[in-house]
Amino acid sequence: MAEAQNIPVGSTTAGSIAVAAESTVVSRMSAPPSFDVADFPVPHGREEEWRFTPLERLRGLHDGTAVAGGSIKADFSAPDGVTVETVGRDDARLGRAGKPVDRIAAQAYSSFEEATIVTVPKETVLTEPVRLTLHGEGGVTYGHTVFELGAFAEATVVIDHTGDTVRAANVEYVLGDGAKLTVVTIVDWADTAVHVAQQSALIGRDASFKHVVVTFGGDLVRIHPRVEYAGPGGEAELFGLYFTDAGQHHEHRLLVTHNTPHCKSNVVYKGALQGDNAHAVWIGDVLIEAAAEGTDTYEMNRNLVLTDGARVDSVPNLEIETGEIVGAGHASATGRFDDEQLFYLMARGIPEHEARRLVVRGFFAELVQQIGVADIEERLLTKIETELEASVA
Amino acid sequence: MATLEIRDLHVTVEADNATKEILKGVDLTVKQGETHAIMGPNGSGKSTLAYSLAGHPKYTITGGTVTLDGEDVLEMSVDERARAGLFLAMQYPVEVPGVSVSNFLRTSATAIRGEAPKLRTWVKEVKEAMERLNMDPSFAERNVNEGFSGGEKKRHEILQLELLKPKVAILDETDSGLDVDALRIVSEGVNRVRETGEVGTLLITHYTRILRYIKPDHVHVFAGGRIVESGGPELADKLENEGYEAYVKGGASA
Repeated sequence: MAEAQNIPVGSTTAGSIAVAAESTVVSRMSAPPSFDVADFPVPHGREEEWRFTPLERLRGLHDGTAVAGGSIKADFSAPDGVTVETVGRDDARLGRAGKPVDRIAAQAYSSFEEATIVTVPKETVLTEPVRLTLHGEGGVTYGHTVFELGAFAEATVVIDHTGDTVRAANVEYVLGDGAKLTVVTIVDWADTAVHVAQQSALIGRDASFKHVVVTFGGDLVRIHPRVEYAGPGGEAELFGLYFTDAGQHHEHRLLVTHNTPHCKSNVVYKGALQGDNAHAVWIGDVLIEAAAEGTDTYEMNRNLVLTDGARVDSVPNLEIETGEIVGAGHASATGRFDDEQLFYLMARGIPEHEARRLVVRGFFAELVQQIGVADIEERLLTKIETELEASVA
Repeated sequence: MATLEIRDLHVTVEADNATKEILKGVDLTVKQGETHAIMGPNGSGKSTLAYSLAGHPKYTITGGTVTLDGEDVLEMSVDERARAGLFLAMQYPVEVPGVSVSNFLRTSATAIRGEAPKLRTWVKEVKEAMERLNMDPSFAERNVNEGFSGGEKKRHEILQLELLKPKVAILDETDSGLDVDALRIVSEGVNRVRETGEVGTLLITHYTRILRYIKPDHVHVFAGGRIVESGGPELADKLENEGYEAYVKGGASA
């Protein structure tokens, strides 16, 4: 039922692409989830959940030495009917979508002073997106944000990240029964920023959740989208795009826990890499618990390596505790855009920059089209081309 | 009338930290409307000639000239050569992930023709060309050469030949790996292009089989990195009967 594929396209893939051996979801974490940072040992780098992450570039987020003192400017634009509140640590609405699963998420949970709660009341259908822009103004920041949709509410949320920061944050999405939420997270930090975030969703009965992560910026970005279901009939689509340049570390770690019958999940992450020491990590875990009969899940990771010197680690993992499911599968493939491909396209009259653009645009287009937020789609395609030209130059 | 002129072409490659001369003075003139077959044993340098003319970076030109209508081809980048009217149908077409055949063909035609073909006539043009090559319409939505069979790859090359209408087409072992049906379909495609009288064709092959379908005006025997004998179609018959043995020995002693 589960299949793992690694199909190097082209002939010169040796050495730079690795698909790690599978390990189980449960065994992969070195401590159980907790809100308290003290429950997690300081990672040394050999733990399953840290082994791909360059700890020395975390600027102390992982070992307690990163002291809050920086600032981040938050701009909200919320349509009528949406409530945006700033609350203290003791607000009962915090922490419902899931506990921190690693030390940095717990550090963020233990360190934030105020949290933001965005509420879309039940049966409210927004026609305009809620937009949140976080602009880093330097220094260490910790954050906590909750987006809650009441029953049958529908909303789109766009979260933009720009500027410079060293940031650890938790974001929660709590979807009421029949609610529909689309979230687009755009990570467009300056190339010096460090960003580690756990994004946890709790999906109500018959609710649907579309989560899109777009990662372009930062020195080190590690994002951990997680989904659980509060009732049957829930659907999750988790999409990701990343464009990893020279020196950047982009890590996306997903976990979908099918803990309830008759839920669906579909994970598609696609990344392009270009330049020396560009490193992308994708971990896709799906756990189908014994109770989750009728589950339908698929996860896929595709990488396009544009130049030498870039590295991809892609680890899909599927754990199934019941056979009574509709479907479950996963796939991972990493291909290279190499000199022979360039020669082939140029031999048909296509100039070099156009050839690269063609390949990268084609690679991302299908996924971009599924975002469903028109201005974001156009912006992403433009951004991809800018990245491409900046890197080629 | 378009003319490709190759004069005293010398080409080397780097292999195992050594420089090896593969082409040792090739002279050849291909005029629009003519079909030249270049035949030779394995390792004689036939494919090196094809890739050198297209500008593959692996090959270094160490001497000689190549001109197309008097323009210096060797000064041009790979894409400039294609836009100038050179076309290389490759022996091993390359997979390009993420790019659909339809997108590729249109981008290529736009580059070669200097403007985007009008969508309506273009769709019809592609559809008809694909039908003539017995290609399923679903082909257009697949990624370039990805998962194509050997025959599909070659038909895709000839599809491009028909759509891009070059001045000089170099077909590098287009017949290799094809069964008789595929060879016939591919040859018919090449012949349609030849019949326009607007293309000069350089047909590189190891076997005489394809010459039953595509009749050359001139046949050249390639051995030891250059043309060692030239003649009419009757030279192919001689090769069919006698093989390359005489030339391999002759090339070594020459």
